[in-house]
Amino acid sequence: MALAARISRPFVPRLFSRSFAAAAQPQTFAIYRYDPDQQAKPFLQEYNIDLKSCGPMILDALIKIKDEVDTTLTFRRSCREGICGSCAMNINGKNGLACLLYIEPSSKPIEIQPLPHTYVVKDLVPDLTNFYNQYKSIEPWLKRKDVKAKDDKEYFQSREDRAKLDGMYECILCACCMTSCPSYWWNPEYYLGPAVLMQAYRWIADSRDQFTEERLAWVNDTMKLYRCHGIMNCTNCCPKGLDPAKAIVHLKEQVAETYTDAWKSMMTEEIVKNKGRESGMMYM
Amino acid sequence: MLSRLTRPAANAAARLAKSVRKVSTTQIGGYEVFDHSYDAVVIGAGGAGLRAAAGLVGHGLKTACITKVFPTRSHTVAAQGGINGALANMTEDDWRWHAYDTVKGADWLGDQDAIQHMCRLAPEVILELESFGLPFSRTPEGKIYQRAFGGQSLKFGKGGQAYRCAAAADRTGHAILHTLYGMALKFDCLFFVEYFAMDLIMSDDGKCLGCVAMCMEDGSIHRFGAHSTIIATGGFGRAYQSCTSAHTCTGDGSAMASRAGLPMQDLEFVQFHPTGIFPAGCLLTEGCRGEGGILRNSEGEPFMARYAPTAKDLASRDVVSRAMTLEIREGRGVGPNKDHIFLHLDHLPPETLAERLPGISETAKIFAGVDVTKEPAPVLPTVHYNMGGIPTNWKTQVVKDAEDTIVPGLFAAGEAGCASVHGANRLGANSLLDLVVFGRQAADTTAELVKPNSPPVVLPKNAGEASIARMDKMRHCSGPIPTAVLRRELQVTMQKYAPVYRNADDLAKGKEAVVEVMKKFKDVGVSDRTMIWNTDLIETLELENLINQAAQEMYAAEARKESRGAHAHENFPDRDDENWMKHTLSWLDKPHVEDAKVVLKYRRVIDQPLDKEMHHVPPAKRVY
Repeated sequence: MALAARISRPFVPRLFSRSFAAAAQPQTFAIYRYDPDQQAKPFLQEYNIDLKSCGPMILDALIKIKDEVDTTLTFRRSCREGICGSCAMNINGKNGLACLLYIEPSSKPIEIQPLPHTYVVKDLVPDLTNFYNQYKSIEPWLKRKDVKAKDDKEYFQSREDRAKLDGMYECILCACCMTSCPSYWWNPEYYLGPAVLMQAYRWIADSRDQFTEERLAWVNDTMKLYRCHGIMNCTNCCPKGLDPAKAIVHLKEQVAETYTDAWKSMMTEEIVKNKGRESGMMYM
Repeated sequence: MLSRLTRPAANAAARLAKSVRKVSTTQIGGYEVFDHSYDAVVIGAGGAGLRAAAGLVGHGLKTACITKVFPTRSHTVAAQGGINGALANMTEDDWRWHAYDTVKGADWLGDQDAIQHMCRLAPEVILELESFGLPFSRTPEGKIYQRAFGGQSLKFGKGGQAYRCAAAADRTGHAILHTLYGMALKFDCLFFVEYFAMDLIMSDDGKCLGCVAMCMEDGSIHRFGAHSTIIATGGFGRAYQSCTSAHTCTGDGSAMASRAGLPMQDLEFVQFHPTGIFPAGCLLTEGCRGEGGILRNSEGEPFMARYAPTAKDLASRDVVSRAMTLEIREGRGVGPNKDHIFLHLDHLPPETLAERLPGISETAKIFAGVDVTKEPAPVLPTVHYNMGGIPTNWKTQVVKDAEDTIVPGLFAAGEAGCASVHGANRLGANSLLDLVVFGRQAADTTAELVKPNSPPVVLPKNAGEASIARMDKMRHCSGPIPTAVLRRELQVTMQKYAPVYRNADDLAKGKEAVVEVMKKFKDVGVSDRTMIWNTDLIETLELENLINQAAQEMYAAEARKESRGAHAHENFPDRDDENWMKHTLSWLDKPHVEDAKVVLKYRRVIDQPLDKEMHHVPPAKRVY
């Protein structure tokens, strides 16, 4: 799907002719192209640009190619500072944000592909619907059993309790970790994946949340949680330096510590009561 | 084909179809058009859009939220510093002091009724965000941590620095947007993600009936009929060469309103944030200075003490940006070309930096190669925010003239709107507050006017025809000027002729140059002819929106013969309350930029508060 055979097709720019001066620093990029209108087999298209007149990041190169060489090249981008998560893609075999990765000049072409094992809408744009639905299924908002009294202010949270959220709340939902996980490749419909599991744990670890047991019970499932085998691609590629693998370890520990048989009926009730809550096949 | 590309929105729509909600189709201009009907439609899913959408669903209204990017990619996510509110967690505090600071920060161009509303509601909305799980930083007592921020004082400016900016480290915008997205998920809001809204649908008698949008996933056109349309599409920072704004900040909703014949307000007021990284343009929050950071010139002097003796580095942003520009002009800039300033954080304890400013520490490392615990970061004033936008009253209802005539069915909130709480200059951490307060207000005002499950809006048969024809024309245009080239020309023009300091000469040249760009738009060329995810086409439509807004900005700037807030006019260095304490209203006399001319009028500033809970703040000399 996303890993195509290398057919190099040098691209001749129509609008600008490039002649490389002695001081230029040419760099070739081999970029995955897929045209949904033609639905032909995807291929890697080569572009050659001068790094001297280009910004330092991979995203700068993509924008330069789109602006000056081939306006049909399509990719997501927004903030260009690594906080929105739009430009997640696979660069030289590793997932990351194009806006945070420096171009490392090389005699070999820099390969840019969409996030692995995703349905590709066009060129470097993946379909992340499943990921977003799975994120919704873990109910990422504060859940309380009591009602705030009229003059109550904020829920108090000690600095130590707040520190437990560090390393998890910063997740930008870029899906680099999700799509780097072989387990998620083989079971995207059922396994929740590193980002979603880390966010599930973020709410479990939040001292203000009162549905901790229900949240633990919800992920305690052979497919949702236990497809994680500690492969560690997630932590390895997180562009924000977060550690989903560790969060999953803590999650598994807390599940094991807290488990009671009452969870079975708790879950049955929830599934019956809340039919809208996605579980299982996530694409629809 | 659609079945292969199912979307949660389409599927939710399918599920909704069971509740007698039919999506019908027609053929217009050779395109298949899907018609939807809702009680309310929100365009934009940033802070204001998400809060509006969640609020509307909370009121029981059938709501659709249209967004051209996935909600958490909206530029709200990049905000860093915090959200102001008189919670009084650090010192005693009063929302009236906050309101006074805001009126002064706006250089008396803000509408005091809207400012009162915003500041009075601030503690409530912050607590509401916290109750949805926002991970605010905490004080030792476990309360929400509040930091010092620019232009914030106690006791109406006489009590020293106020600590009222509630923060989540230096990722408050990220925390707020993700919390609001969680809130929207909890309320089960219906999103139309990666749908590019092209134009408003207006009735013949000037009512807003909805909007027409293009689905990027398959190129289909969608008309959304709604009793209430809320524009929350943000600003147009990308009209400038150097800005902290995302690539997506192209003023789409504002330009849509402009094409519908509605005025923009105060577009000449563009905020230059003092500390954008040089040369990358990425933002280093004002919170750096809030936690003790200091700006120094080439002589190592903390020069802000000279320009703003009381507030120093935490003066209002326009004051700091001007000070930095003057220092550079007078030859005291740093670096090999003496063209920027240093922001010093190296005197702060590393633990403070790690706890309060971890995000910018990372950003400075990546984009400037600097370790802020050891060395200063290179910064320059960078375009950051648009104080102006679609004029509304304090209830977010759009007004269309100096008499405050309301446009039925149309609302604007957030940076796209101009209530006007920020007047001629916005205080830091007031924008995140603006989003949540006026996003909520848009929902509340709509709920007052629209009943849940109202009968569908009847769209005129050919509604959106002009839009579709325009989009079709753009898709097939093969002029000699590539979109990127014309966009660059616009950006260079704005950066050159309307920077921090403006003068009569530059502004006159700027007007001519921007008119050139407007005319050249008819020669733009698009190479991608496909219908699916045609970013070439989308960027061209966005360029039209940028030109639409930038032209009005340039004309408004040239016309304003005074200096106020962020508009610093070298030929008229003083504020002129007698002649110029008024809002600028600007129109394009035709919908398309290549044919249009800018028309200017003026509208009075609302200087009286909403009610007796706050005193009117009379104009005074603005000194920090």
